Amino acid sequence: MATKKKNSEEKYSKELLLGFYRTMVRIRTFEEHAAECFTKGMLAGNIHLSIGQEAAEAGAFATIQPQDYFTSTHRGHGHVIARGGDPKLAMAELFGKRTGYCKGKGGSMHIADMAKMNHLGANGIVGAGQPISAGSALASKIMGDNSVTVGCFGDSSTNEGTFHEALNMAATWMLPLVWFIENNCYGVSTEIHRVTNTPDLASRAAAYDVPFAVVDGTDPVAVYEAMTKAMDHARSGKGPYVVEAKVYRYQGHYCGDPAVYRPAEYMEKALANDGIEKLGKKLIAMGVKEEELEEIKKAAQEEMDEAVKFADESPYPDPSEVTDDMYTADNERCVAR
Amino acid sequence: MSKKITVSKAIREGLLEEMRRDDKMFIMGEDMAVMGNVFAVTTGFLDEFGPNRVIDTPISEEGFLGMAVGAAMRGMHPCVELMYDDFVTVCADPLFNQAAKLKYMSGGQCSIPLVLRMPMGSGRRNAGQHSQSLEGMVCHFPGLKVVAPCSAADAKGLIKSAMRDPDPVVVFEHKLLYAKKEEIPEDEDYLVPIGKANVKREGKDLTIITWSREVNFSMEAAEKLAAEGIDVEVLDLRTLVPIDWDAIKASVSKTHNVIIVSEEVKRGSYAGEISAQIAEELFDELDAPVERVCGLNIVSPFSPVLEDQNFPHPDDIVKAVKRVLNK
Repeated sequence: MATKKKNSEEKYSKELLLGFYRTMVRIRTFEEHAAECFTKGMLAGNIHLSIGQEAAEAGAFATIQPQDYFTSTHRGHGHVIARGGDPKLAMAELFGKRTGYCKGKGGSMHIADMAKMNHLGANGIVGAGQPISAGSALASKIMGDNSVTVGCFGDSSTNEGTFHEALNMAATWMLPLVWFIENNCYGVSTEIHRVTNTPDLASRAAAYDVPFAVVDGTDPVAVYEAMTKAMDHARSGKGPYVVEAKVYRYQGHYCGDPAVYRPAEYMEKALANDGIEKLGKKLIAMGVKEEELEEIKKAAQEEMDEAVKFADESPYPDPSEVTDDMYTADNERCVAR
Repeated sequence: MSKKITVSKAIREGLLEEMRRDDKMFIMGEDMAVMGNVFAVTTGFLDEFGPNRVIDTPISEEGFLGMAVGAAMRGMHPCVELMYDDFVTVCADPLFNQAAKLKYMSGGQCSIPLVLRMPMGSGRRNAGQHSQSLEGMVCHFPGLKVVAPCSAADAKGLIKSAMRDPDPVVVFEHKLLYAKKEEIPEDEDYLVPIGKANVKREGKDLTIITWSREVNFSMEAAEKLAAEGIDVEVLDLRTLVPIDWDAIKASVSKTHNVIIVSEEVKRGSYAGEISAQIAEELFDELDAPVERVCGLNIVSPFSPVLEDQNFPHPDDIVKAVKRVLNK
């Protein structure tokens, strides 16, 4: 019997796609709420937003199993939402509150949740998550625990030595590691191709005999497919895999950066390829009612309103906690002098 | 019961005993497995524990130290060696920004039970990039513990304590101590607690605060001074962070005169930090200003004639003691 090859929309259930949609909308809504709080002066420091990268994050994290681990970056709020983290605790951390994921000691760039999300931390140092994720994979190999570690990072960190050092070791030792690159083409103001000699970044994996894929990061299905293959590869003991998702960074580097260094065409292309809009249209074509999508957006608004309220009303850390958590043993003496 | 073995054998024994009792421990670094380390610290480990727990790395210090941090976050107990402490500059991020900070920045969610062994020190004629004493730089970073043993017994006892400590511990091992043969206790559970100094020699006229190889030079100086009727106390810190302030205070309050001896570049040294703390808190106990006896503010030279001028010898210590005592 001849079967017609199904296209990706038909191959996957409506529920899966709706799940992507919900995650993407929740990430964007979280970020919009964070941006508003930042603009109003409710947050200290800087925040870096994932708006424009939601499809990649939703697709990728749908392939990460509960027993798996991941690392993240300064632009890491989306990973927390996609992993099923609690927006309240994330928002409270952005506010520097006692109730935040890190008790207000990390802030936006350093959210971690070791116990529930297996989140080994967002990191303020570009490229630092590469060896940390590889080290987590090494731990899994030594312990034989069948978990995969996913290192999430951006385009520009592939120019750090850590990318090459850690990938070489992970490949040599066949570690259960997947690297997920969200390539938004900009390291702060510098367009990646002005400082990098390969059109794609994941292709550098070939130098270490590591398989890789380059996909459209505005399409969660494309990312989901590539990441499924990557996770299976890593979990089956064949070593690391690198996936690069081409995404857009709607904002400047940080919230409030007007991004004057970027040509107007960048945002024109970005908006023409908006992941949430494209997936919404697909879902409607599959028979989902417009109201259902609106309901998802409304629920996300309410959820993030609640997160802001929680964060705003939460207490700051007590000043007496300033030296806590420096050491596990004998903190008192170690911080005394 | 005791036996006489070299410092490097003592470290090997300490690591071996800990590897046997702790299956979360693994060893990682350049030439640690097949060769068994350039100072024979891990000879035979590969055969006993296999390649998953004794890992030869490529020359990728930032990569493998960063991986050790990741593994430690997952509950493993990595023991990493840098072949020379000078190489810490190429892996500064995983040590100073990651291992030292992740516990605090995560609000205490994880510990980093990592041990980093770093051979250090002058005297091997290895010139400016293989001879440094970088205690001051490492002690600067909150989040790390730092030890610097001078004897075989302390080296074994401290490496074992370091492996059992839940926090990242940097172990400075002086390269010119490795071959020194000394008595050590037979006891398999011989531990030297982190944070405890050792009064190596009691005296009443002046306190020499020191660590690592300079303890031995200070002891030689003390003998020479004793022959001249000057009675110095030698306080071997053993641990630099957390510093044993009680021991410093007790000794300074007894002798009222202090010199601090280390191989570091004098400017920005940990010796300077200790001097400042004594000036701040024990000023009333002092009969004379605290003197630092350190290396020069120069690059470690190669030629033996030049290098010998760049770290304190017993005679330099004798002179400094006499200067402070005005004798």
